[in-house]
Amino acid sequence: MSDASINASTAQSAGREDEASFGDYFALLKPRVMSLVVFTALVGLLAAPVPVHPFIGFCAILFIAIGGGASGALNMWWDADIDRVMKRTKGRPIPAGKIEPGEAMALGLALSGLSVIMLGLATNVFAGAFLAFTIFFYAVVYTMWLKRSTPQNIVIGGAAGAFPPVIGWIAATGSMSVEPWLMFALTFMWTPPHFWALALFMRSDYDDAGVPMLTVTHGRRATRVHILVYTILLALLAVGTSFSGIGGPIYLAVALVLNALFLRGAWRIWRRDEVMSEADNFKVERGFFKLSLLYLFLHFGAILAEALLKPYGLGGWS
Amino acid sequence: MSLRQPHELHKRRHGRNLGVALTLAAFIVIVFGLTVVKVTRGDFEPPRDEVSN
Repeated sequence: MSDASINASTAQSAGREDEASFGDYFALLKPRVMSLVVFTALVGLLAAPVPVHPFIGFCAILFIAIGGGASGALNMWWDADIDRVMKRTKGRPIPAGKIEPGEAMALGLALSGLSVIMLGLATNVFAGAFLAFTIFFYAVVYTMWLKRSTPQNIVIGGAAGAFPPVIGWIAATGSMSVEPWLMFALTFMWTPPHFWALALFMRSDYDDAGVPMLTVTHGRRATRVHILVYTILLALLAVGTSFSGIGGPIYLAVALVLNALFLRGAWRIWRRDEVMSEADNFKVERGFFKLSLLYLFLHFGAILAEALLKPYGLGGWS
Repeated sequence: MSLRQPHELHKRRHGRNLGVALTLAAFIVIVFGLTVVKVTRGDFEPPRDEVSN
């Protein structure tokens, strides 16, 4: 290499001092969301009545996670303008100026293709196709279309986050049945109260970004009512799942305790008004949001426990 | 001996290159592992009647 080329590359590198690190590219994949995807997909895979080779199971979860990450990168590319405005998201790699939006799109598209093809090859074509549909649903239907056009964005967008256990189940069995859809429904019904509680105490964020959250379009009172209604429906579904093929006594005990707590939280949110909430800096709403994280984790953990104990004659009702 | 002291940017770039290298290496291991598992399980074996003909 000549001195001239060394000098040229030094000059070029000096011009991009904010150049992204590997971690910044990884952050585009929304690792925290990915951890939820990994866990729920793993539960779907292990709760299925067909044993999976451990290495193939590992690959299936990995490619589902990469697919979820790819849709996260596409979401960050499309939503870069909103992310710049919101306090919660302005540190993300694109608004922070570390990564160009085009790079995020390229990474998202490349990883989408890779994850779908590899999941199809590792498990079955149905699972690959379903992963492709999930990425399309999150990136196009939710991010590009519904997020900015309807206050029901969270309800419909929640479906995208609810698909991973179904993909895990299909990866194991190559077919569909009612149980993975119960896991889907659990996450689907959980998402609105979870996000609306967040919207109640992060209100200026969504207002500033102009995202039509329920709090903005229908008011905060309506949001509190919606949280209560969804929580009641969720509780019925969650407890009812106890008596399905993926339920059992452990799951029932967990569901009864958690849903009682969740209903109590939703009831308290419904009873409060803005004056009360602002007086204690949204203590109840924040508590409900934290509980919602534990809620989903423990429900899926209980389904996993039932599945893992089945071979020893302990899981399920039999 | 290097002509210049490496800039923080160079360390970051090195980290990124290393990350890409490790990711590619992991991908190779995964594809190889999948191939081994599928071949040893007999996923690629032709149907029995085809073998007998």
